Amino acid sequence: MMESSWPILTILIFFPLLACLALVFVKTDHGARVLTLAAGIIELLLAMPLLHFDLASGGYQFVEKKDWMPDWGLSYYLGIDGISFLMVLLTVALLPLCVLCSWTYISKRVKEFHISLLLMVAACVGVFSALDFILFYIFWEAMLVPMFLLIAVWGGPDRRYASLKFFLYTLAGSTLLLVAIIALYWTGHTFSIPELAQKNYSFNFQIWVFLAMAIAFAIKVPMFPFHTWLPAAHVEAPTAGSVLLASVLLKMGAYGFLRLCLPLTPQASVYFAPMMIFISICSILYGGFVALGQKDMKKLIAYSSVAHMGFVTMGIFLFSLRGIEGALMVMLNHGITTGGLFMLVGAIYERSHSREISENLGLGKYLPAYMFFFGLFALSSLGFPGTNSFVGEALVLIGVFAKNGWVGAAIIPGVMLGAAYMLRLTQKLAWGEPPSAKGKSWKDLNFREWAYFTPLAVFVFYIGLAPGLTLRAIDPTLKELLHTFSAKTARKAVTMVMEPEKGLAGQNFETKLQPAVDERIGESR
Amino acid sequence: MIQQISQLLPELWQIAVVLVLFLETIGKPANDAAKPKWLPLAAAAGIFVAVFSLKADGLLFFKAYQVDSLSQFFKLAVLVGFFIVVLNADPLPTVESEKRSDYFLFLALSALGLMFLASTVELIAVYMALEISSYSLYALIPLRGKDQRAAEAGIKYVLFGAAATAVSLYGLSYILATQHSTYLEVLAAADWTWTHSPLAVIGLTLFLAGFFYKLALFPFHFWCPDVYDGTGNETAAYVATLPKLGAVVIMIRLVAMLKPENGIITIIAVLGACSMTFGNLSALIQKDLKRMLGFSSVSHAGYIMVGLSAVSAKGLAAAGYYSLVYVLMNLACFWVICRLATDGRNITLDDLNGLYKRAPGLAFIMAVGAFALVGLPPTAGFMGKFFLLTSAWNRGHDWLVIIACLNTAISIYYYLNIVRHAYTAEAEEPLPAPKPGSALWGGVLATLLLILGAFPGPVFHYAEVAGKLLIP
Repeated sequence: MMESSWPILTILIFFPLLACLALVFVKTDHGARVLTLAAGIIELLLAMPLLHFDLASGGYQFVEKKDWMPDWGLSYYLGIDGISFLMVLLTVALLPLCVLCSWTYISKRVKEFHISLLLMVAACVGVFSALDFILFYIFWEAMLVPMFLLIAVWGGPDRRYASLKFFLYTLAGSTLLLVAIIALYWTGHTFSIPELAQKNYSFNFQIWVFLAMAIAFAIKVPMFPFHTWLPAAHVEAPTAGSVLLASVLLKMGAYGFLRLCLPLTPQASVYFAPMMIFISICSILYGGFVALGQKDMKKLIAYSSVAHMGFVTMGIFLFSLRGIEGALMVMLNHGITTGGLFMLVGAIYERSHSREISENLGLGKYLPAYMFFFGLFALSSLGFPGTNSFVGEALVLIGVFAKNGWVGAAIIPGVMLGAAYMLRLTQKLAWGEPPSAKGKSWKDLNFREWAYFTPLAVFVFYIGLAPGLTLRAIDPTLKELLHTFSAKTARKAVTMVMEPEKGLAGQNFETKLQPAVDERIGESR
Repeated sequence: MIQQISQLLPELWQIAVVLVLFLETIGKPANDAAKPKWLPLAAAAGIFVAVFSLKADGLLFFKAYQVDSLSQFFKLAVLVGFFIVVLNADPLPTVESEKRSDYFLFLALSALGLMFLASTVELIAVYMALEISSYSLYALIPLRGKDQRAAEAGIKYVLFGAAATAVSLYGLSYILATQHSTYLEVLAAADWTWTHSPLAVIGLTLFLAGFFYKLALFPFHFWCPDVYDGTGNETAAYVATLPKLGAVVIMIRLVAMLKPENGIITIIAVLGACSMTFGNLSALIQKDLKRMLGFSSVSHAGYIMVGLSAVSAKGLAAAGYYSLVYVLMNLACFWVICRLATDGRNITLDDLNGLYKRAPGLAFIMAVGAFALVGLPPTAGFMGKFFLLTSAWNRGHDWLVIIACLNTAISIYYYLNIVRHAYTAEAEEPLPAPKPGSALWGGVLATLLLILGAFPGPVFHYAEVAGKLLIP
């Protein structure tokens, strides 16, 4: 573990809060926008020292640790590794883009909107960098309030229903997470996540802890059948809300699985893996089919998120290097691509005041630049080779087929569905027969919009064509994770032989799984 | 003698306040003054006196009166609460001006009773202190103009209170008969197992009932929403907060005598679970804010039981810490209610509509108070709940921790509703904006809640020191 002298993570968390304080004293709407944009850019610059991230190390870096409440063993403990590094960068990078895409979209209570945005980013960075379990939980819950306000105040017509559902669903899910944290504390006698991960817990205990944590994370991801809050929240949220929701919030669920479920409850993870994989298949297919039938662009993209996140959870529960690499890549790429798509929908909504596909036909003629970006992100979303999402999905598929051909066969239709709904959407938008253009201002992208689509497009190509650097950043951490994981589960396999009556399902899966994990790790060394 | 006086400074200060108030009531009726101008200052000075004597320690009055960390912690909490309540009771729209001195006299007297309660370690003395604080409230609650609901609330409170006290005294007689003492010190050494002295166990359970009533714990909670609803907003702010402190401190002392596996602890745990579930479910459908907070306090009484059922130093400290936080967050909510009800009426959820526009400060206070009541980080409500739950795990009542967590999920709906009305709804007709500057002390409360959420260390540490005195 690398201690750092410059408390960069603390700064990244607290700088947005300072900016909030400054915002309180700003009088005009324009001032609030400019100030938040400046804060976003400064935050991004402040994050630059993170690029000193040591690619060869799999441990935690930029670690900060201070006593917080020694009576309870609580500490202010931050640090990032390969898993969280990219997520922190993604979160920070999205802040200025979110400000830019709300520049004209948000016209009421502008100051409060930007305060919520900044609070959101602070909490999200906190979630990804907290290494103390309670600190993690605090950020995890603290993020709900600004997100709730984003939907409930600046949302669409049905915002009341959507925001309540979002809040109730996610809070209900995470209440049991707190019980799991407390139970882990009394068993492991610490709240520090790295220390907890080094200990072994009894199988029974793991089962319960896993279930308590998995419900919280599955709702956040969201996995079928806990996904119903997502389309409602996405459709009603303002553009920036949707972007943060899709690009950052959903990742927290997957991040939770990787950071907490796998290291803390490895045997239970293996035991429940068939179920999780089954649910992932359901998510992929269900998300795809439902997306195919949508008339509302935002809803379509929301359901496509369910499908994409299905790939993520699938990759995670393969327990192979390729699978988890793929899952992380899909997380990152989904953040870029879907964030871009939501921004595009927001941009078109400002022009036509409708998100219905049928109201926005034939844009290719009027908005060529817009359609270029739309086509690019749509192709990326369906995993077209050369774009970023292809890398992630391909890695997950490689992982799946290496493990079990039948599972792979089951998700292939999901990939095809992705192509079907995205191409259908793009085709209608680009070449459909336009309705009367009355009341709509078909102006192509202005400078501000170019400014926030271009960076995303660059990353679509960069990660698509040269994923090497990104993979190098995450690989050491994943190898270490899988190494301890297989060491812990291997011990389980031995005890299983002695007690064959316990957990037959887990055993079956494990015997197939174990050599695969070892082989893959050996291969990559 | 001097030493004894120095140990009793907070009480003596409060007695002085009571005496001066008494002189005011028998003097010329105050003409139009909302309240004695000196009272907030005196109450603020009381806080300093309490802080000054935090370290006091001693056993007085024939060993019936213990001055220790626990009692000083609660005396400080009572005085902080009293200060806020006094500030809050301005302009006191529903009390006629000639009754205002009496109003504050009873308020101060009741707080004095609670301070005595924090220190009493002998059951008869406990009973006396409890009655000092209760009798003043019996007089306070019906003081709301000519409102019939207030009279009803007053009668309910007296009847319930009298019944609960009777039960309590009945239990006391059993304890005295079987354990031959009323001193907690002696009782703590006695055998409280069911097999050895069943009558004593019954007696202690009955005795506790009196405090369950004060705390509005299920099934002794029926008065709570009605009294909050009927009595004036300012009085409700007091009834909802400070008396609970008195009940908690005595329960902490009594529970500390028992072993974790004692049947009484199980009863406390079960009643706690019932209380939080019942309180939260009933609060879901309330439209009147005070009624909602009434049911919310029923559920919070249940949460406090989680800490008590742990029967460890940390658990008792967590209960103490949470009751302090509970007072602060409720006072924050009542602060907003009292500011909005300029004519002293009851506030409904719809009255909060568009509050963010009329009074952004009050809306913020309300939001912090509500989220603290849910137990959302980064407020003190979360930290308090976290201490309660963590201390209770692995102490034989794991199911209680899970129920408490699930209850958080139930309760979020109605607290969130408060925030939703304040922040997202628009008022249909323009409602009057509260006076500027009205958010000041509420803002202090909200800030305190946030600070205690981020840095609970020092306060909790003090509570833990107190807890360790009882259970080493």
